Amino acid sequence: MKRTPLYAAFQAAGARFVDFAGWEMPVQIRGIRHEHEAVRRGVGLFDVSHMGEIEVRGPGAAELCQQVTTNDVSKLVVGRAIYSPWCDEQGGTIDDTILYRPDEKRWLFCVNAGNIAVCLEWLTTQARGRADIEVLDFSPETALVAVQGPRASALVGTLGATSALLALRRFSCVETLLAGVPALVARTGYTGEDGFEIFVNAARVEALWTALLEVGASHAVELIGLGARDTLRLEAALPLYGHELSREISPLEAGLDFAVKLDGPAFLGREALRRQRTAGLQRRLIGLVAEGAGIPREGYEVIAKGRVVGRVTSGTQTPWLDRPIALALVESAEVEAALAVRIRGRDVPMRRVATPFYRQGMPPGLDDARSAKQGS
Amino acid sequence: MELPEDLKYTREHEWIAIAGGVATIGITDHAQESLGEVVFVELPGVADTVERGGPFGVVESTKAASDVYSPLNGTVLEVNDDLPQSPQLINEDPYGDGWMVKIKIAAGEDLGSFMTAAEYAAFLEDEAGS
Repeated sequence: MKRTPLYAAFQAAGARFVDFAGWEMPVQIRGIRHEHEAVRRGVGLFDVSHMGEIEVRGPGAAELCQQVTTNDVSKLVVGRAIYSPWCDEQGGTIDDTILYRPDEKRWLFCVNAGNIAVCLEWLTTQARGRADIEVLDFSPETALVAVQGPRASALVGTLGATSALLALRRFSCVETLLAGVPALVARTGYTGEDGFEIFVNAARVEALWTALLEVGASHAVELIGLGARDTLRLEAALPLYGHELSREISPLEAGLDFAVKLDGPAFLGREALRRQRTAGLQRRLIGLVAEGAGIPREGYEVIAKGRVVGRVTSGTQTPWLDRPIALALVESAEVEAALAVRIRGRDVPMRRVATPFYRQGMPPGLDDARSAKQGS
Repeated sequence: MELPEDLKYTREHEWIAIAGGVATIGITDHAQESLGEVVFVELPGVADTVERGGPFGVVESTKAASDVYSPLNGTVLEVNDDLPQSPQLINEDPYGDGWMVKIKIAAGEDLGSFMTAAEYAAFLEDEAGS
């Protein structure tokens, strides 16, 4: 199994490790609930160096990037970033990515760890025969650190108090020195909180990490594992590839309409997605909260009128809202029906609620009145 | 890792205290540690019949659900009513307040097949090594 350059740092902190897409990654350090709350209340540090970084360069780069992304990248100016799925010709999702524009020449995709090879192959295939396009995989030599939580800006600001960094808006990025290490700092994340994702050379990441821990001590910074990363992103209803998205699930079915610009510039899969939109979606991703005892888990059946009408794609007992929640892919005709999830043979009633389950700044606990109103 | 000497252990990481034909059952310190924070517990009903090797309950952490298997044939005499409200008791006190069920042991049950604390410790080492 592969290890990131920060493996030893997490090992020293007492982390428990799991296999994630061929990487030996920390799943929890002090406990999922504790880590989850640290990110909601303060600030947490994540090692997500397993993720992939693929750069597209050359005069044809903009064209290629537009071709593979469902979002409209024509307005992506230098210093900005954009979230976008990639689709195949059938509208199935190849990956969901963030495309960064650090400077005029480079278009940097951050892709999921499990999809690096597929994405690289996909880009290379589309660029075949194009001398004006270069596709470069920087994944092996790039480390990625996420700093997330309401105190993230205070922490990062201490390490590199440049005006560009302090003025960094959400979905913006800037190349700067952070604790003396050249870094691409982006105000992006996967937790539902404010925060930063910091790309640095793998050989230099330890210096940055040490600095983050040193300065972080006065901010009560916590190390966060993949376990809490998953519960955080699920409360924020952010899709996880292989669960809410796959070659069998289109971004429209997953409710990512904001990132699918059917009337924008052409992209691969647009015709299939337009047909889905015109014909009406067969399935939709919805948010559920359990009304009875039991935790809905991935793969559990969703029941309406005694019939299986869908499946849970992700589910957990959420640490912050303190309720069992799930995302589920359900037949569109049944999303308004009385729904249940079959948990070990028992149909536990579920209430449909608006997603995200959690928005930045929400107090702990689930406000039933609010979610009931929005869920209708 | 705590392993009380007076308890018996199973390969499914349960502990058993046997007294007067009644078995008190819970999950071991190792089991709660591997699961992480327990957030949900499902227990059988009193008077339910349980079968050796059959699931009688579920312990769920934030990450995953795990079945708990009955090490014996018998009838449920009592369940720990505190657990549904306070599932974290399994983490905090796995051999005490985190107990799960008391089972009246069926006639003719073989009680010799369980591991002692020392045997379970060796079993854990084997498992970690494999």
